[in-house]
This record gives sequence, C-alpha cells and structure tokens, in this order.
Amino acid sequence: MKDRIFKIISKYNGDSSRLMDILHDIQDTEGYIAGDIMGLLADLLSLSAAQVEETVSFYHFYSDKPRAKVNIYLNDSVTANMFGRAEVLKAFEDACGISEGEVSEDGQLGLFSTSCIGMNDQEPAALINDKVFTRLTPYRVSQIIADLKSGKSLDEITVESCGDGKNALPEVNATVYNNIRRKGALLNNDYPFYSVVRDMLPNISSEEIIDIVSESNIRGRGGAGFPTGLKWKFGSKARGERRFIICNADEGEPGTFKDRVLLTEYPEMVFEGMAVAGYAVGADLGLLYLRYEYKYLLNYLNGILDNMRKNNYLGTNVAGIEDFNFDIRIQLGAGAYICGEESALIESLEGKRGEPRDKPPFPVEKGYLNLPTIVNNVETLATVVKIVKNGADWFNKLGNKDSVGTKVLSISGDCRFPGIYEVEWGMTISEVLAMCGATEVQAIQVGGPSGALIGKKDFGRELSYSDLPTGGSMIVFNNSRNLLREVVLNFTNFFIEESCGSCSTCRNMPYVLREKLLKILNGRGVKQDVEDILQWAKVLNVSRCGLGQTAANPIVSSIRNFRHLYDALVQKEVDYDSGFDLESSVLESCKVVGRQPIFHHH
Amino acid sequence: MANKVKIKIDGKEIITDEGKTIVEAARENGVFIPTLCNFAGALPKGCCRMCTIKINNRFMTACTTPAASGMEVENHTPEIEEFRKSIIELLFVSGNHFCPSCEKSGNCELQALAYRYQMMVPRFPYDFPMKSVDGTAPFIIKDQNRCILCKRCIKTIKDEQGRHYFAFKERGHKLEVILDEQMGKEMSRALARKAMENCPVGSIIYKEIGFAEPIGTRKYDKMPIGSEIDN
Repeated sequence: MKDRIFKIISKYNGDSSRLMDILHDIQDTEGYIAGDIMGLLADLLSLSAAQVEETVSFYHFYSDKPRAKVNIYLNDSVTANMFGRAEVLKAFEDACGISEGEVSEDGQLGLFSTSCIGMNDQEPAALINDKVFTRLTPYRVSQIIADLKSGKSLDEITVESCGDGKNALPEVNATVYNNIRRKGALLNNDYPFYSVVRDMLPNISSEEIIDIVSESNIRGRGGAGFPTGLKWKFGSKARGERRFIICNADEGEPGTFKDRVLLTEYPEMVFEGMAVAGYAVGADLGLLYLRYEYKYLLNYLNGILDNMRKNNYLGTNVAGIEDFNFDIRIQLGAGAYICGEESALIESLEGKRGEPRDKPPFPVEKGYLNLPTIVNNVETLATVVKIVKNGADWFNKLGNKDSVGTKVLSISGDCRFPGIYEVEWGMTISEVLAMCGATEVQAIQVGGPSGALIGKKDFGRELSYSDLPTGGSMIVFNNSRNLLREVVLNFTNFFIEESCGSCSTCRNMPYVLREKLLKILNGRGVKQDVEDILQWAKVLNVSRCGLGQTAANPIVSSIRNFRHLYDALVQKEVDYDSGFDLESSVLESCKVVGRQPIFHHH
Repeated sequence: MANKVKIKIDGKEIITDEGKTIVEAARENGVFIPTLCNFAGALPKGCCRMCTIKINNRFMTACTTPAASGMEVENHTPEIEEFRKSIIELLFVSGNHFCPSCEKSGNCELQALAYRYQMMVPRFPYDFPMKSVDGTAPFIIKDQNRCILCKRCIKTIKDEQGRHYFAFKERGHKLEVILDEQMGKEMSRALARKAMENCPVGSIIYKEIGFAEPIGTRKYDKMPIGSEIDN
C-alpha cells in the first residue's frame, strides 16, 4: 500500500495543493481513504492527519470507510422524487438486499443518496460508480443489478441504452440524453471550431479582444451576471507574475444541466473560449473545474484537449503567436455544491475545503494561488468565442435592452418536453411554459433553489438580469404537486446538506427554519410561526456567500407567493403551540419500562 | 509609514492607517464592534459574522474589510444589532452551553456578549445536538458541546512546521473541530494552556487545574465585554 501512495504523491511532486487529485487517485486504487493513509499523507505533505481529514470529510464522494465494489448514488433531487424515486429506491433495496446508506455484507454493492446530479430532464437517475444511469424504472433497476451480479461490467450494461449525440461515443458511453429542444445563436452549429484561435487571434491584440467582449455587453451566464468584459479588463490589469483562467463547470444548482450538454456537444468551443480569455488577459494556464458527477465526460474531454495540443491550439506559441503559451488542465471536484461559488472553487483547486473566501479581494486580483484569476461559466466562455467571431454588434441585436444575447435554459419538471432550450433574454414565463409544453401549472422555480418559486400572478414577468435572472434552471410544478412537502422541504434539505458550515448563520439558520417548516407541515404550526420564519431568515443576509444569503429563498419565496398554502396548514384557533409532542417523545422510554402513560388531553 | 485615511463609523469621524481592518480602526478609536472568530495575530476569516457592518448598503465583516478613505460604516444600528443578537442566540441553541458549571464562565466571550446583548432566552428552539467529548490527549479536553466553530484554535495552535493541531471535520450542520490524535498526545502543557486561552468559549479545557479562580471574580464578571473600548 505504502508504495502505491508514494507513487501517487510523487506523480504530483508532493504538492499539497494537488490534494484533490491525490485523494481521487488513492480512492481509485485503495477503494477508500483510510485513517492510516491519511496519517501517511500527512507525513509526506507536512500536514497533520487532522488537516488531511479536514479536506477528505468535506467532500461527499471521498470516503474514509470501505465502500462497495459497485456504489450506487441515487439522486435525491425534487424531480427525481416527482418521477418515481421512491419506487426506484425500493427496487434497488430489494435487488441489492440492503437499505439506503448501507454496503452489502459481501462488499459488492453499496446504496447511497446524493444531491442533484444534473440529470433533471431524465429522472430518476443514479451514478453507479462513475457511470450515469438515467430514466430508471424498477424494471430497469432489477435488470441492472441482475446484469451486475452475472458479472457484466458497467460499460457493457451502459451500451444497451446509450444516449443521443456524443453520449454514444465509445469514450463517453453514457445513458445520458442531450434533449436539445431549441437552438439559437450559440447552439446552431454554424461555427467551425477553433477558427477564432487559428485565424483571428494572430491578427488581433489582447486589448481589442477585451474591447469586443466589453462592447458585446455579455454578462456572466452562471447566475451572478457580472459583465465579462469588465472582469477580463480587471484581470488583465491586476498585478501578478502569472494569471489563470478558470472555467466553472461545477454545475450544481439543482435543475441545471445545460453545462453538461455544452460540454458533451460543444467542448471545443468551451476550451477555445478559455484560450481566447487566456490570450486576452495574459494567462498561461486554464483550469476547468468539472463536477464529480460529470466524471463520465473526463476521458472524452481530455481527448479533445490532446487533439487541441496536437493542432497547436494549446501549448507553446499557440496558433503560431509568439509568446502566447496556454494549456488547460481539468480538475475533478468531489461532490460539493458550494464549489460552484468561485472563491470556494479556487480553494478546492488548491486542495482545500471548499469554503468561500472573504471579498474583497476578488479572484481577479487574488485568485488561484493568490494570483490574478478569471473565473467564467461554461456557457459564457462558449458564447464569447462566437462574439469574437461575429462581432459585438451581432450580439447586441439579440435579447432585450437590459440583457443582451441568448440564454441556455435547463427546463425540467412537469412539462411534456423537458430539456435544453436556447432563448433570447426577455422571454416571459408564460412563453417558456408554452414552449416546453407545460399545462395546469401551479408554480415554476426560476434560477434553481437559490432563485424564486413563483406562481401565476408572476407568469408575465421576463427572464432578464433586472427582472427574473436565472443561471438556467427552470423547474415546473403542476397543480397536483404538494409544493411545501415535495419542493420547499427538499430544497431546504439541500441547502442544509450543502452548506460548508463556515458562517454561523448559514450553518444554523436553515436548520432552525426547517424545524419550523416541519412543525407547520405536521399541523402544529400557528400563524406566528410563519411570521417568525420571515423575520428569522433575514440574518442569512449577512452570510459570506451566495449559498448562505439565499438558503432561505425556498421557504421565504414560497411564503411570499403561496401564502395560502401556509394559511391552510396553521391552526386557526390556536395562538401558541410549543410543537412538543409528549406522546411521541416518551414512546421509546415507554417501550423500555413496558408501561403506557395516560395522557389527559383532547 | 502607512497613509492615514478618514472614515466614519455611525457618523463619528475616525482617522486611521489605510489598510487597517475596520475592527482594529474602531477599537483604537473607542468604538466597539463585537467579534468572536477574530483573533489578534491570526488571519481574519469572517466565520462568526458578529462584526457585520454595513458599507454602501452592503453587509461586510469589519474583521476582513480594510479601511479605505471616505468609507461610511454603519455599526450600532438597530438592524445590525438585532442580527448580532440573533447570531449569539443561534450559537447558544446550536450547541449545549451550560454556563453555570463551565470552567470558562466569566472568561467566555460568547457568554459575555450574550450579557451585553441582554439575551434572556434564545428566541430559537434548542437543538440539543449529540456532541462528543474528546479527552484522549493528556493535557486538554476538546468538548464539542461548547464549540462555536470560530477556527481560532485551528489558526493559532500549530507546531514549528506549521502543522495544525486542530482541524474542521465534515461540513454544514455536522461541522466539528477535531484534535489531531497524534499531535494531541504530544501537545505540551504550555501549548495546551494557550489553546484554552485562545478559545473564546469552553470548548478547549486544560486538564490539570480547574476553577482556580472562583466564578464571580473573572474577567467579564468584573468588566463587561467591550467596556474597555466603549467611550
């Protein structure tokens, strides 16, 4: 074992900032990251064992306990539950002979739950080891487990139901579907890959590139909407011996899956966008941070990078441009939503826990390794390539005044055609719903759990940075859904699960609010409880990052827009209820002493 | 020499060195901004959010924000003070704090701030979480019940090679501070005492001496927290 660990460490030159890769490699070879391995790592990296554990225990997909040979991570997102997760879970439990959270006695099968894996348009879905299996039914589950037990490999099982487009390539081989329903200026396949790097960069200055991007008025497509041109300008002016471009492919907002499709069908444009950014700001290294759930794309993406290197679109003197040296490395995440926050992502890239940094300084000044760093979303980088190709004017003609260009939406939930839609900014919610074939709509979650849950009275509002901004996640709920139980509770659990815990507010308040929500759902709530939620949630605004600041959005926006659901649940004639249930609280002790107390009430 | 800059805190003009944090600048000028995770000599990381202030209508943490010319800071406003009180209450309900029998009572910053903010009983329901107590190290007890996860021990208690004795474990609501098993065994008495001193609450307790100074005569028993700064 020791030799294998030494080998892994030397592969990364004993660099503790590569701890994420080191831990991935160890988990691959040893199956899990045992306590004695952490001790050994600590000695080799001049850390304490507790420091290594600090990183290991932060990430969902690292394990310090033995896991099974085949580990099933069943997605627990809202849409998975809407489309039959419970039956699929039961089928897995029956077929494997274990309960959720367990490993079978022979160590062959393990069954776990996981947060949204970016397959919202094809749920229920699961990660089995690193392979994605979508559109699961109890029947399919029994087939998969039977095949596994008969000795078939995961790759062999996948082939039977490969997805569309490049998902069917041998190096991807995934049962994932692109479901591209509408193409626009970005997705319309009219761009010959690499033509900007090959034909334009040699004849244009870095300042001119930044000018084009600035004049196009494109704003970040990840959700925050910072003007990309301005970010590049700051980055190019910031002082530092080196600069970095980071592509944020840690697409973790539940209900978002457009980056997955971009990386499947248009990775060339994403990488080319990184090279263009590198040229513009004077960076020599690009890092694409890929969420662990998309590991099935890793070999494929690395193949594209190799091809780019061969053609001199990456490497030294890229495209013959003297002194323009730029290469790209893919960093695999390990299961943490918070790493989609740019400074948490950078911490993770440095081998640490994904805890957001205090700002200022912003990454453009002090980012990766405390050097100037540009962090852009996958969609932003792909779009920039077309902007440089077609000019700022071309882009300014798309969208509306407030928000120019197009937006790739990930639409899922109760609609006939879930999938990817590229639309111009300014579309109303009513149009979105008509487009995806949604009827009898009760509500739509715009921008994922950190966005807003809105109802009919707001369906005339427009998608735009000033009205309804979105990173792309749109989840539709029809009239049959129990919004509070199925949606709001699930999203709240998600934020509790995914908080890094650094801020006192975000670590504790969502938990307090969930208790209140459960009290109301269990019929013990009073009117004051709803008021308390609105008051108490405010303290989350002083959290450091967007996750903390928006962690109460599911509850608060549902109270704002669906107050009647709460009013129907709270007790009418009661002003105060402690929520304490004596009978259930003494249940266990009653069992022990074998006596039944007599309760004097009702 | 650092450049001098003028800033305003709640309208009061203050002259300070450019780049000094707002917390430091305020303290030196008789303005108290409450803190828990901030610790002299350690890199600030706004974890506890107690020093939240408002600048240009944005919430910032005073321990991480450097003073810059012309800044107008809101500090002692009803909105912000209410948030601070909420945070104190959150820290009380999320742990198991039993002040009357705690070795740190009277020297505890959380308790002292609760008095300052006149917390009678937390508005939030108690969690009553199950937490562990690690007494395996020879000179200290690490009691998770009383930990407020401020990171002060993590940042300040290190060996000569810079290795950390304490570290975070897990995340979110399950977050804990653990003591490295091996290094805990080798920790000197002097460092153990320092660890206890640096802990703002009673989560790190030195083993050999207890209650040497009677409750009632301790630091904050005699002088409420912040009273040395307030003017």
